[in-house]
Amino acid sequence: MTKTMMLLGAAGLAMAAGGAFADTSGKRIALSNNYAGNSWRQAMLQTFEEVGAQAVDEGVVAAADAYTTSENQATEQAAQIQNMILQGYDAIILNAASPTALNGAVEEACNAGVTVVSFDGIVTAPCAWRIAVDFKAMGKEQVEYLASRLPEGGNLLEIRGLAGVFVDDEIHAGIEEGVAENDQFEIVGSVHGDWAQDVAQKAVAGVLPSLPDVVGVVTQGGDGYGAAQAFKAAGRDTPLIVLGNRQDEMQWWAEQRDANGYETMSLSIAPGVASLAFWVAQQILDGAEVPKDLTVPFLKVTQDTLDEALETTPEGSVANTVYSLDDAKAVISEAM
Amino acid sequence: MKLFAKYRILLPVVSLAVLLAATFYMQPRAMSYFGLNLLFNLAVPIALATIAQMMIIMVNDIDLSLGAFVSLVACVTATFLNDSPMLGVLILLALVLCYAALGAVIHALDLPAIVVTLGMSFVWGGLALFILPSPGGASPGWLRALMTVKPPYIPMAVCASVIIAVVTHLLIIRSGIGTVLRGVGGNDRSVQRAGWPVVRLKALAYGLAGLFGVFAGMALVGLTTSADANIALRYTLLSIAGVILGGGEFTGGKVSPVGAVIGALTLTLAASFLSFLRLSPDWQIGAQGAILILVLTARLLFTRRDAQA
Repeated sequence: MTKTMMLLGAAGLAMAAGGAFADTSGKRIALSNNYAGNSWRQAMLQTFEEVGAQAVDEGVVAAADAYTTSENQATEQAAQIQNMILQGYDAIILNAASPTALNGAVEEACNAGVTVVSFDGIVTAPCAWRIAVDFKAMGKEQVEYLASRLPEGGNLLEIRGLAGVFVDDEIHAGIEEGVAENDQFEIVGSVHGDWAQDVAQKAVAGVLPSLPDVVGVVTQGGDGYGAAQAFKAAGRDTPLIVLGNRQDEMQWWAEQRDANGYETMSLSIAPGVASLAFWVAQQILDGAEVPKDLTVPFLKVTQDTLDEALETTPEGSVANTVYSLDDAKAVISEAM
Repeated sequence: MKLFAKYRILLPVVSLAVLLAATFYMQPRAMSYFGLNLLFNLAVPIALATIAQMMIIMVNDIDLSLGAFVSLVACVTATFLNDSPMLGVLILLALVLCYAALGAVIHALDLPAIVVTLGMSFVWGGLALFILPSPGGASPGWLRALMTVKPPYIPMAVCASVIIAVVTHLLIIRSGIGTVLRGVGGNDRSVQRAGWPVVRLKALAYGLAGLFGVFAGMALVGLTTSADANIALRYTLLSIAGVILGGGEFTGGKVSPVGAVIGALTLTLAASFLSFLRLSPDWQIGAQGAILILVLTARLLFTRRDAQA
């Protein structure tokens, strides 16, 4: 064993014992994003830019740059990741267009010594880190909430997201599971709202005339307000719609609450998860030992916290939490 | 400036060289074995898809279903070809035959190809979703090995592009049947009067397109390691742009396989170049379009000037 190797070994031991010691001030982190066309992604990019700019100012990292592909396609994002390797980034945080179709590019990055942390839209490549939301639990929790509010059950309408995207599959599976356990409910209709109010409104309006009485609507976020508008236009009673933290949804909720005591709940993943991914990547570069699979809790807005959430959410945006370095450390230690 | 008209291939080559020089200037790291491979490996399936599109444009048609077809092939490759190779090969062969039959039907019933292929794109898309409802599957080991092979001195992406260009050049420009096929696009009546069965020729052109479409899907899976029903939707427009950028024309019969491959490489490089420039994504699509218009304008100017001279 040479002297340098012994020194390296000693450094390794020191790291393992005392947490992170390596200096990340020279490291560069890039965000690879596949889509920027809705309020959630806009809030995500903004959070990343704020946290990244602050970290660069404080000298924690040398650069934190965000890239978005011009089209939401896995092939484009794979090329984008390969470009980032060429640009010499030390870590790539990634919201992936597909959990599997980017694996080739991710492996290229890992082989080149780049740390890859995926979040929200995660990748399955074994060398990458994953910060996932338990979307299935999110779906199930909606049905459980409905069961607590409507113990006698009834017909449900399900609004799904974008077909073929795994988040949609996961939330849907959770809802199915919830309905299987609470058999007083029956899903009588299912439409794709593509996580957008206008699409959801059109889709719900199209299916409503053929539906019996609906007591509840389970959603995936970004579609609740559109559903409410469709019910109103059809002259039907507003059912219990589970919302997804969008500002327009919460605004509508608050108006309904003031007018007729409407009660519901709202849940979604906070776009600030990008800042969590940023700090996790920084920790990995710092030499900290981080398990490959991390879980981030989803952000819930209830009747009690509605006013507070509405106040802090800019118009046209979505309720958010910005994660700090300490939050990242907490999430990491929880997963250990 | 007769040079550009005489050698149709010159303009695509110059465009690629200029763009490559600019990229190397922006990102010197790209100027290496490793860098070139990263820059161009995703262009290999696009080049194959562009050749497929070229076969259709060659016989004076256009294929709007290519992206969906390549996605479907990718799904078949990542599932059947990996799990039970025999069945996978049979399905892929059937897909190629489907394409050939499509060409025959389009000609025999005198249907507009643009409508038929647009319709077929939904069929392919539906089948892809049916085979792989959620993203997944795995690339067959040999395919992954083939796409990540590291030949000495010249990176795989460059090797593959050269091979594709040479083989299709021999097939379309040099061989007898290739000349007749181009003739079908130029003037199918005179080809028919000369005693050639045009239905069979069209079926052959479409069959070749299907074959290269299958290669494109397989190459893509070899690179990405798994598939997704929407993986290659962008290839439809990319391939058309690649053919035209490479010196082909919509009027049929006037195509260049070498140019098509170069066109595909140029399009891929343009996207990377814009990303190196750190251009906002809102502008990137526009800028990509601007590069395309720039090259096409240059071509038009040169051909006009030559026509006057």
